[in-house]
Amino acid sequence: MIVDNLPALQVIVPLLGAILCVLVRRGWLAWFIALVVSWIVPLIAVALILQVLDGGVISYAMGGWAPPVGIEYRVDLLSAFVLLLISMVGAVMLPYANLSVESEISDGKRAWFYALYLLCMTGMLGISITGDAFNAFVFLEVSSLSTYAMIALGKDRRALLAAYQYLIMGTIGATFYVIAIGILYTMTGTLNMVDMSGRLGDVATVRPLFAALAFLTVGISLKFALFPLHSWLPNAYAYAPTFATAFLASTATKAAVYLILRFFFSVYGVALVFGIHPISEMLIALSLMAMFGASIVAVYQDNIKRMLAYSSVAQIGYITLGFGLANVPGLTGGVVHLANHAVTKGALFLAVGGIVYRMGAAHLDDFKGIGKKMPLTMAGFTIAGLSIIGVPGTAGFISKWYLAIAALEHGWGWLVMLLVLSSLISVIYIGRVVEVAYFREPEGKVMNATEMPLSMLIPAWVMILATIYFGIETSWTAGIASQIATDLLAGVQ
Amino acid sequence: MMIDILFPPGLVLILAGLMLPLMGERFRAPTILIAPLIAFAIVWLLPSGPVLTFQYIGYELVPLKVDSLSRLFGTIFTIMAFAGGLFALKQERVLELASAFVYAGSALGVVFAGDLITVFIFWELMAVASTLLIWSSGGKALAAGQRYVMIHLLGGVILMAGIAGEIVSTGSIAFEAMDTNSWPRWLILAGFLINAGAPPLAAWLPDAYPEASWSGTVFLSAFTTKTAVFVLLRGFPGAEILIYIGLYMVFYGIVYAILENDMRRILAYSIINQVGFMVTGIGIGTEMALNGTAAHAFAHIIYKALLLMSAGAVLYQTGKRKCTDLGGLFRTMPITATCGIIGALSISAFPLTSGFISKSMISQGAADEHMMIVWMLLAAASAGVFLHAGIKFPWFVFFQKDSGMRPSEPPRSMRYAMYIMSVLCIGLGVFPGPLYALLPYPVDYVPYTGAHVVFQLQLLLFSGLAFFLLLNLLKRTLTITLDFDWFYRGLGRVLAREFDNMSIAAWTAFVESGYRAVQSFISAIYRHYGPNGILARTWPTGNMAFWTTALLATYLLIFFL
Repeated sequence: MIVDNLPALQVIVPLLGAILCVLVRRGWLAWFIALVVSWIVPLIAVALILQVLDGGVISYAMGGWAPPVGIEYRVDLLSAFVLLLISMVGAVMLPYANLSVESEISDGKRAWFYALYLLCMTGMLGISITGDAFNAFVFLEVSSLSTYAMIALGKDRRALLAAYQYLIMGTIGATFYVIAIGILYTMTGTLNMVDMSGRLGDVATVRPLFAALAFLTVGISLKFALFPLHSWLPNAYAYAPTFATAFLASTATKAAVYLILRFFFSVYGVALVFGIHPISEMLIALSLMAMFGASIVAVYQDNIKRMLAYSSVAQIGYITLGFGLANVPGLTGGVVHLANHAVTKGALFLAVGGIVYRMGAAHLDDFKGIGKKMPLTMAGFTIAGLSIIGVPGTAGFISKWYLAIAALEHGWGWLVMLLVLSSLISVIYIGRVVEVAYFREPEGKVMNATEMPLSMLIPAWVMILATIYFGIETSWTAGIASQIATDLLAGVQ
Repeated sequence: MMIDILFPPGLVLILAGLMLPLMGERFRAPTILIAPLIAFAIVWLLPSGPVLTFQYIGYELVPLKVDSLSRLFGTIFTIMAFAGGLFALKQERVLELASAFVYAGSALGVVFAGDLITVFIFWELMAVASTLLIWSSGGKALAAGQRYVMIHLLGGVILMAGIAGEIVSTGSIAFEAMDTNSWPRWLILAGFLINAGAPPLAAWLPDAYPEASWSGTVFLSAFTTKTAVFVLLRGFPGAEILIYIGLYMVFYGIVYAILENDMRRILAYSIINQVGFMVTGIGIGTEMALNGTAAHAFAHIIYKALLLMSAGAVLYQTGKRKCTDLGGLFRTMPITATCGIIGALSISAFPLTSGFISKSMISQGAADEHMMIVWMLLAAASAGVFLHAGIKFPWFVFFQKDSGMRPSEPPRSMRYAMYIMSVLCIGLGVFPGPLYALLPYPVDYVPYTGAHVVFQLQLLLFSGLAFFLLLNLLKRTLTITLDFDWFYRGLGRVLAREFDNMSIAAWTAFVESGYRAVQSFISAIYRHYGPNGILARTWPTGNMAFWTTALLATYLLIFFL
């Protein structure tokens, strides 16, 4: 009974958790509820991915209404992978939240924060599991609205402006998405993705389909902050509560990337998206601009949270670069970077969160000599930084390796050189922080800093060890990703 | 019965290095001494051939592949780790010892790598660990370490691009001899050469090595460049371009070493010089030359470590490193002086020392191929080596004028390390047989013929004579030698000040305009990307919406066309 309804439970458990959080009103109790929920959700995700690996795609009819009329929850390997990724990140990070959130958010609002967190989780899991295009929109809005509110809870007052700007941009993105769905619905008469994909071939004129694709691409690109639509992201990440930043940086963009993969490869299919128009070139160009533009900006940032946010924009460029290359290693690299970047950036933000916890801020000056005072935190930051750079033995290397192979399969040696050049820029911005942390003498507030509490240190180090683990043992990341890539390129399922 | 142990010897050292900071001080010394011995035993207990395989990102890696060449390098690397560890026992900075062991372990990892991906992984680990080793001595080493790591990461990415290209174009990850006939292979070669200290990026070596601590430099001298020699031996034997690169390195090292005043920088330049001999040997590519290169790498690690140990001992006891500040130390440091002289004789290839039996093989390789010019240049360079490392280092440090310092001998652990290396230097020189038996190809070469010995003695005698005749010119003053690294070290003030001295107007104008261009480029980047630049500012919401619309319009246009 429970096993049959796992797809529904995946979404409903966090949703109910959110309601409970609001009802209990107490910060620590809400945290505890969120913790329990965050630990149940990945169990469901593991069960789902095992089922998928074992028996193929799971199709679940919501409320017993058979698709395509009813809403279908559809779990294939890609869905299961993203579900597992998002829920695992939540499970690892939540123990960290209690102290970090306590120090940044006032008592009365803490329960609301956890409710928002669970709603956001609900939305992202929903996006990844649903097989219905409009249902995906609903979940997209659930996650986005809760994200705006979470960002606005940041203690810096600039958080309000950041949340407002994200609200406007996110709404534009959502609107574009709805417009696209509207066009698709008019042309095909269905909202079920599988059904829609089957009927695309019968459509009389293809031009409206491409208009829909344009709206889709831009709308979703906004959500995952593809350059030049990234401008909401740096402030949002910099001024949101640190825990929210860490969680969102690891997951939020990933759910949106999932959605675009779904439409590109499962609904439209490779031939339609990449075969006729130079979308590949467009994606590669935008990705390169992200990789270089955002990385160079990151070099000059003194607010470390903002620096990492720009680095995220650059890293999203690697993901979309893989999609633009549109061959098996490229897609593998893009998909595996979803996971690798999630753990790497999560580790970095958790480490920085520890410094925010002790110092009250994460300005470069706050890092002076902190390597001596918080050795474990900074060692972790450095290791995760190596993964951003792409040093072998870390997760980041795996992604870059696949991307390099993908570029070479096209015979584009120049792209490989650009790839490695962009990682040299990340050496500079990571190295700058490491240099200040280790080579400067501690002064001022740093003198009294101590290692962050264990409940924060352990989650941070789990993430850090994961960046190393996924750099060595890759069957759960690259292995599955290459399976996904093969499936996606094989065409419409 | 022999037991087959299938454990990578490099991993023993890496694990020992990682454990060092975690263990109590009492256990450190035993770990430092025992780990290299275990690794040494494993090197000799491993069966030949591909021993281990490992699945990684869809390839079947061979992290452990044993043949005579890798066993030879494995032997000397583990001996070196032992002697270096012994010498460093008095080192109090755990970070340095830990990174030294990880560094030595990853060098061993490269040596036993059966495929290109493993090579690359250990290559990068080596770069990271050696940077930490340099950084751990603090002070001026911090900036030098930063320049060092940038060059090595650059080398690493070039190597990665090359390896990825090689794998895609050939479909094989095996690490075997390659022709230089495709761009990925050229990139691989370039990546290897950067670590060998080849031009134009050679300056990282004399820039960074002397800034490490008294014990750190000993480790550094052994692994990075010799690992590069190993991969060149394995990957590019007989690549003709290496002859010219090697010869350039030989003379580059000599010229700068003669001009240099800092005793450890002299020895650092002399590393480039010696590696130049080896690179030339690889370029010649006959069995004789390759044997000679392998033997010379073996011998070189020992005597260069010995030289740097004696320099390190002087530094440890006096805190001074410039020739102008030193001198006359033989009175109170006779053991250190003797060991230094043994190292100096070996590097000069004096008969009955290890240098003699190895370097002459490379020259013989050139002679066998009738490469007259190469042979003569190598002979001339041998004289130059005697000049800068053979006489200059011991003369200015231990003899010459009396500096007035009366330091005592270094602690016991350091003396024992020097004894071991000295014994090896002379032992190999007197009984070359065991070393020759280890070489990758059968050896048909007798070093001690009358002609060889007389030739070498004449060479040394005359260059020795030249040294003392020219002593006044060679007397070291407080100078700083400028090398290529100067171009990428501090821009700005340094640039302006140095150019006043040079006072070559045209050159100044040329470089200043280049500098202005660089400066305006940097400020242009800063303008656009800096904290207030267009890309870093908080955009007004309207601008964000504008870009969204613009991108939408672009997509629609693309689809419309």
